[in-house]
Amino acid sequence: MAATLDMTRYRGRQVQSRIALGLACAATSVGLFVLGTILLTLLWNGLSALHPTILTQMTPAPGSKGGLLNAIAGTIAMTTVGVALGTPVGILAGTWIAEYSRGSVLAQMVQFVNDILLSAPSIIVGLFVYELMVVPMGHFSAWAGSVALAILVVPVVLRTTVDMLGLVPSALREAAAALGTPKWRTVTMVCYRAAMQGMLTGIMLAVARVSGETAPLLFTALNNQFWSTNMNAPMANLPVVIFQFALSPYEDWQHLAWGGAILITFTILTLNILARFLATLSSLKQ
Amino acid sequence: MQTPIDGTNDSYPDDSGSTRTAPLEAKSPVAEMTNKMVIKDLRFYYKKYEALKGINMALYDKHVTAFIGPSGCGKSTLLRVLNRMYQLYPGQYATGEILVDGQNILDPKLDLNLLRAKIGMVFQKPTPFPMSIYDNIAFGINLYEKLPKSELDGRIEHSLRKAALWGEVKDKLKQSGLGLSGGQQQRLCIARAVAVKPEILLMDEPCSALDPISTQKVEELISELKSDYCIVIVTHSMQQAARSSDYTAFMYLGDLIEFNDTATVFTNPSNKRTEDYITGRFG
Repeated sequence: MAATLDMTRYRGRQVQSRIALGLACAATSVGLFVLGTILLTLLWNGLSALHPTILTQMTPAPGSKGGLLNAIAGTIAMTTVGVALGTPVGILAGTWIAEYSRGSVLAQMVQFVNDILLSAPSIIVGLFVYELMVVPMGHFSAWAGSVALAILVVPVVLRTTVDMLGLVPSALREAAAALGTPKWRTVTMVCYRAAMQGMLTGIMLAVARVSGETAPLLFTALNNQFWSTNMNAPMANLPVVIFQFALSPYEDWQHLAWGGAILITFTILTLNILARFLATLSSLKQ
Repeated sequence: MQTPIDGTNDSYPDDSGSTRTAPLEAKSPVAEMTNKMVIKDLRFYYKKYEALKGINMALYDKHVTAFIGPSGCGKSTLLRVLNRMYQLYPGQYATGEILVDGQNILDPKLDLNLLRAKIGMVFQKPTPFPMSIYDNIAFGINLYEKLPKSELDGRIEHSLRKAALWGEVKDKLKQSGLGLSGGQQQRLCIARAVAVKPEILLMDEPCSALDPISTQKVEELISELKSDYCIVIVTHSMQQAARSSDYTAFMYLGDLIEFNDTATVFTNPSNKRTEDYITGRFG
C-alpha cells in the first residue's frame, strides 16, 4: 500500500541526489571554465600575432619585426629526434614486460619505476641531462635537448605498449603458437599488428607531451636567436622562446610569445584529438 | 577398448585408488587402424591441482576421436596437453608419456615449434590474425617453407577449398580476415591449420560459437578431413560427437571413464556414468 511508503525518507534521498548532482555539475563547470578561459585568452591575445611572417621570419631583436621560424623548426627537429630515440626504447621495454616476463618481480619493478618516471617533474630530467651531457660537452646543444625529450618519451610509450599488448587476447597468441610460430615472430607479426593503433596513439601522446615541454630544454638546448641546423649547438625552440619573450619587457616580444603559445596549444590539441580518434578506431575494431 | 573402472557400474566409485586395464596393447577394433598417438599414464597439474589423473588411451590415424564429458572434466586440458599448449603458462606441467609415431612429445628437449607445426589446433572461438585472408594462411606456411608465389597461391587456394571457404572468399583474399562472419572465421582458422600440413588436428569445441549452418559445414569438413588426418575433437554436443566421430572418450573429473567406438558408447555404454551423461541425467 502506498500509504506505508516512508515519503520523508524518499524525499530526503531525492534532496541528497540533487545536492550531489549539483556539486558534480559545479566541479565540471569550474574545470571547463578554466580551460575555456585559457583558450579564449589565447585566442584574444594571440590571434592578432598569427601573421604569416610568424612562419617565415626568425626571432627578432627587441623592437624589430620578426617571426618564430627558427623556434618552430627547432621544436620540430628536437621533438622528432627525441621521439625517434625514445620510442624504440619504450616499445622494446614495454614488449619485454608484456610478452616476455609478465607478472615477474623484475617486470613489476621496471613498470613501477616507469610510472614514477611518467610523473617525474620534467625539470629534474632537464637537470639530469645537463649533468649527463651539457657539463661534459661544455656547451648547450640540441642533442642534449633531444635526449632530455627522449627520456620523457620513454615512459609514455612504454606504458601504452604494455597496456595495449595486454589487450591482445591470449587466444591470438595461442593460435599463433599452435601453428608452430616462434615467440619473436608471434610478437612482431601478430601481437604488434593487433595492438598497432593503440601503440601509435601512445606515440602521438608522447609527441604531444614533449613538444610543449619547456623545463627540460632550458638546461639542455637553451635557445638560439638565429637559424641553426647544427644539432651540436644550442637551438631555438617554441617553449623556451615563449618563456623568454613572455617575461621580457618588450611589447613586440610579448606579442610573439602569444602567437607561439596559440600555435603550440592548438597543435597539441590537434595531436591529442587525433590520438583519441585513433584509439576510438582501434577499440571499435575489437 | 576401455573397460569400466571396476565392476560396480551402478555406483560412482572413488576413483583415486582404482586401476584400470591399459587399452594400449589391446588389439584395435579394426585391424588396419594404426595408433597415431599413444597416451600412457598421463597426469596433468595446474600448480598443485591434479587435472588429469592418469589417462591411458590411443588415438587412431585417419579417424575422428571425440572427447566428451561435463564442464571441468579435463577434456580441453587433455587436448591442450597433446600439443603442449599448456607450456605458454607457468605452473602447468604434465607427467607420463605421449608417444607420437614412437616419440615421446613430453620430452622437455623436444622443439615445441616443430611439434606444433605437426599437430594443428583449432580453438573454441575463431582466432583470425589481424591481417588479410591470404596472409592469415600464408603466415603458417611461410614459417617452415619457402614457396614460390605461384605455389603459395596454389596451396592457399587448396587449403581454403579444403575448409569449404574458397567460394566465399576467392574475390576478397586481400581483405582483413576480421571482416568475415564467425562461421567463416572459424573455417579460415581450419584452413590455416590445414595449410601447414599437420598430421594431427586438435579441435577444441570448434562449433560452440557457430550457428547451425556453419556447424554443419564444419562437421562436413571434419568427416572430409579425416581421410588425411588423425582428428581429435572436444565437444559439449552429444549429437556432434555421435554424428562426426568414430571413437568417443567420456571423461569425468580428470579420469577417462570410457573409451570405445562411438556407436558402442552411445548405444551400449558399459559404465553407468557414461550412460547417465549421454542420456542427459547429469552434466
